[in-house]
Amino acid sequence: MRLTRAQRARLSESVARSLLGAAAAVVIGLAAFVLVYIAWRGVPGLSWEFLTEVPRNRGREGGIFPALVGTLYVVVGTGLLTVPLGVLGGVYLSEYAPRRPSTRLIRLAVANMAGVPSIVYGLFGLAAFVLAAGFGRSILAASLTLTCMTLPVVVTATEEALRQVPADLRHAALALGASKLRTVMTVVLPAAAPGIVTGVVLGLARAAGETAPILFTGAVFQMRRLPDGPGSQFMALPYHIYTQVTSVPNWNRDLVWATAFILVLTVSAASAVAAVWRSYRRRRTAW
Amino acid sequence: MVTSLRSAVMSAFSAVVEPVRVEGGVLEEAERAATGRFELRSVSVAYGSETVIEDVTMNIPPQAVTALIGPSGCGKSTLLRCLNRMNDELGNVRVGGTIALDGQDIMAKNVDPVELRMRVGQVFQRPNPFPMSIYDNVAYGPRTQGIRNRDELDAIVEDSLRRAALWDEVKGSLKKHAFDLSGGQQQRLCIARALATRPEVLLMDEPASALDPISTQQIEDTVAELKRTVTIVIVTHNMQQAARISDQTAFMLRERLDQPARLIEVGETRKMFTNPDDPRTEAYITGRFG
Repeated sequence: MRLTRAQRARLSESVARSLLGAAAAVVIGLAAFVLVYIAWRGVPGLSWEFLTEVPRNRGREGGIFPALVGTLYVVVGTGLLTVPLGVLGGVYLSEYAPRRPSTRLIRLAVANMAGVPSIVYGLFGLAAFVLAAGFGRSILAASLTLTCMTLPVVVTATEEALRQVPADLRHAALALGASKLRTVMTVVLPAAAPGIVTGVVLGLARAAGETAPILFTGAVFQMRRLPDGPGSQFMALPYHIYTQVTSVPNWNRDLVWATAFILVLTVSAASAVAAVWRSYRRRRTAW
Repeated sequence: MVTSLRSAVMSAFSAVVEPVRVEGGVLEEAERAATGRFELRSVSVAYGSETVIEDVTMNIPPQAVTALIGPSGCGKSTLLRCLNRMNDELGNVRVGGTIALDGQDIMAKNVDPVELRMRVGQVFQRPNPFPMSIYDNVAYGPRTQGIRNRDELDAIVEDSLRRAALWDEVKGSLKKHAFDLSGGQQQRLCIARALATRPEVLLMDEPASALDPISTQQIEDTVAELKRTVTIVIVTHNMQQAARISDQTAFMLRERLDQPARLIEVGETRKMFTNPDDPRTEAYITGRFG
């Protein structure tokens, strides 16, 4: 059968459309399946007791309260270290770094840091923070290790977000007699805030879910009390799942799935809050 | 800022320099007024090794509108940016010759571009309000100058918005986000923002080229009102606009791509548009090129 040019164009258009649609459907379907499956397996184990009590019988009974708090502490610690360092680094790279090979080297280093496997960070954290720096296995050592991992995400996101702020806005501030520092702090950074927050949430969500970096740097199998400071060891949600499955005979399926569900829920809740705030802000930054 | 001794010396010096010939009319009247007078002598601009503007000598009279016209790429905007040293920010730009504002060499080492820019405001081609409230946009400059007093800021914001002919439209909604305004209102907000540092000179780089005819009309009315207190230098592609709103017109032209742009002719707008001295000015104004 002979097709005209226009018919061929229409045909390839519709083939392309269905292929792209199918690919998108597979992606969305997979994501939905994972979430629904975790929720389906996790909900039966949920209870008030589960959220507020310490684990009993090696985690087969009781709750995950110390792990919840431990993860919160580590994420806050990581955030306190990552956000200032990462944002300032991103500002430097975008606004101040001279265009020369050494700057490209910094960028390359940052990009490579993002590609380092998390278990390598764990090993590095053990050597550098736990042993060499003498912090011991602690929230501090684990936060520092996670900071190494999340920094590149935050630096890159900050730099990208700053780059997208139109040059016109910078010029407007400079033309009003603002110094470069004031221009960056009062105009460019606020305008770039949505992108920066996205990067921070992504980075911290990853930090909350990682097991490998905290494996050797401070996470413990079980604690009956809560951590009492940055020097304390801690339980964490991902590590709790890991140890239950690998080291506890007859582990309680319901409780472990519930732990996974809580982990996913908190991380997606944080992303959702950030997304809502961002879309509100985006209407305010129409470029 | 410069010492009064230095400015006295500079004005004595500039009095010796050949003044621009203006025959009677608006300009002469304007010349008598006090501040916001630019004198450019053999100004040249180079991007890297390429000279893009050469040998521009002209005066910009105070409290009048000077229009810079010429085809695209003839260096109008670049010349404009010399006047508040915004070229400093673009990197790798060198400006030669002398530019004096009220007798003071603005390219001197002891002149802080930050202070200069409070005296010489700029309005850009596209409205570029900051992503913040109307009030905060206008108060940005004064706050940069260190003004924190609420009443004082309120007064400056109101005065600036009035002068930019925007007050009546926004007086009830100063807390509203600047992006909620229309394009024309945004541009008048940018004018108000530039006025809030009480500049003597306002540079406008095609301020109406992104706006509809009604907004353009409002901007032009604003300019006509503003020139009673502020010196205005406006870059425009629109010949009718230059003819309507300016007192003095400067025509720039880059005749060949491998040559820098030059100032072809500068003079009173009426004369430039009715009886230009240079055939190239006439050709451009009558639309034969550019």
